[in-house]
Amino acid sequence: MVKHLLSIDQLSPSQIELVLKTADSFREVGTRTIKKVPILRGRTVCNLFFESSTRTRISFELAAKRLSADVINFTGDARSSLAKGESFKDTAQTLQAMGVDAIVVRHSSAGAPHRLSRWVEASVINAGDGAHEHPTQALLDLYSIREHFPSFDGLRVGIVGDILHSRVARSGVAALTKMGSQVTLVGPPTLIPPAIEGWGAEVSYDLEGVLPKLDVVYLLRVQKERQNEQLVPTLREYATFWGLDRRRVELMKPEAIIMHPGPMNRGVEIAADVADLERSIIIDQVTNGVAVRMSLLYLMLGAADRAVEEVPVG
Amino acid sequence: MDSLFSSGASSGAPSATSPVKAVVLESSDIARAMKRMAHEILERNHGADGLVLAGIRRRGVPLAERLGDEVERIEGVRPPVGALDVSFYRDDIEIRQPADVGQTTLPFDVTGKIVVLVDDVLYTGRTVRAAIEALVDFGRPRAVQLAVLIDRGHRELPIRADYIGKNLPTSHREAVEVRLAEIDGADLVVITEEPS
Repeated sequence: MVKHLLSIDQLSPSQIELVLKTADSFREVGTRTIKKVPILRGRTVCNLFFESSTRTRISFELAAKRLSADVINFTGDARSSLAKGESFKDTAQTLQAMGVDAIVVRHSSAGAPHRLSRWVEASVINAGDGAHEHPTQALLDLYSIREHFPSFDGLRVGIVGDILHSRVARSGVAALTKMGSQVTLVGPPTLIPPAIEGWGAEVSYDLEGVLPKLDVVYLLRVQKERQNEQLVPTLREYATFWGLDRRRVELMKPEAIIMHPGPMNRGVEIAADVADLERSIIIDQVTNGVAVRMSLLYLMLGAADRAVEEVPVG
Repeated sequence: MDSLFSSGASSGAPSATSPVKAVVLESSDIARAMKRMAHEILERNHGADGLVLAGIRRRGVPLAERLGDEVERIEGVRPPVGALDVSFYRDDIEIRQPADVGQTTLPFDVTGKIVVLVDDVLYTGRTVRAAIEALVDFGRPRAVQLAVLIDRGHRELPIRADYIGKNLPTSHREAVEVRLAEIDGADLVVITEEPS
């Protein structure tokens, strides 16, 4: 397995399959009374979050704890050393000196995890860097899709919304196209990035025209904090043109599923009642996120690259 | 990566390139050993009451199923059979990581039961240690016993089998390869040796 997970591009389709297959076993662990296994006892995982996040950090924390690793949370808030002027590099070297085995990093700047990986011995996992990538989200999305469809090959996935600012969309397109799915990006022209041709995905500005063809409708969160950028007139207008409501759900194939990376803005990108439909698997995505992150930590912190043939197995 | 991950999926399985040195058990020998072990299990536990079988993945699972069949033939009731994957309980992740991780399915509550762990080859005992640890995460068995098709010696932990198909003294350079119809297409136990 890779030492660092910075981008989906690093993973081959067979490595992705391995992550998903191993996650199956961790899903089972998550159903037990004792949802914890000892395999990463003595390892330390640091959640290094320079950008606010609740669900991703908790998901990683739970994943590491269920593997019996120790977890430390370093949040770049007003109380931390960052507020005292410590640089990113100094922070990295501090963690290095403390001997952590893995650093899960979220940063508002694209490329920050990549930099970090060159400063430390620990494995670095990108938990979201600016508008660049969010590879573990893409892997848990693949896992969740795989629970509903026999193969990724030829599957049609529509990603709807703010593509421009979305690392979820970037990693998602990379992962899905790698596995053989066809991705269509749907949204208002102001929220589609200019150099979209290189993504390997189709672009459509016609949500209702695309919906009947899709197997998966993936809604992105409207980033309310970007309201002042004037890319969308109002949230109400966004909901009218791009929101998934009951009427639009009727246009979908009967077996098509609805996904969302969370947190949802009910009534904006997704109507409140649509989020609770049977075909909406948003809650499963959260459950699967823990299993997929356990799988990654297990495969990345284990000895997979150090084969020792002579070690007896029995 | 793939070749790495596929290695060592089973207990004591050698690399496929090692030449076969001797055939230890044929299909009929394996069948007789399973039959005898089923009788021993029932004799020791005075019947099949409260008895459950847990095969250690991968090749312990079909062996546990077969023991279940034999017990049913003798007693008329089939004990519940489950599968235990011990990958997440191993002590050697530093040196060797099983990537062919399977799933644990125990379709019974282990608490209060007599659990017979079943594996193909008993060697260092480390797999069995991991299996015991995995098992007790599911509850508190009344007793845990161990049945193996082959005991090849060289224990590194204070573990012994309660039911043994065949004792097979081996050297470290040799490997015992158990092939089962359910996984490998045919039943056979051979000793292989790496060319020195």
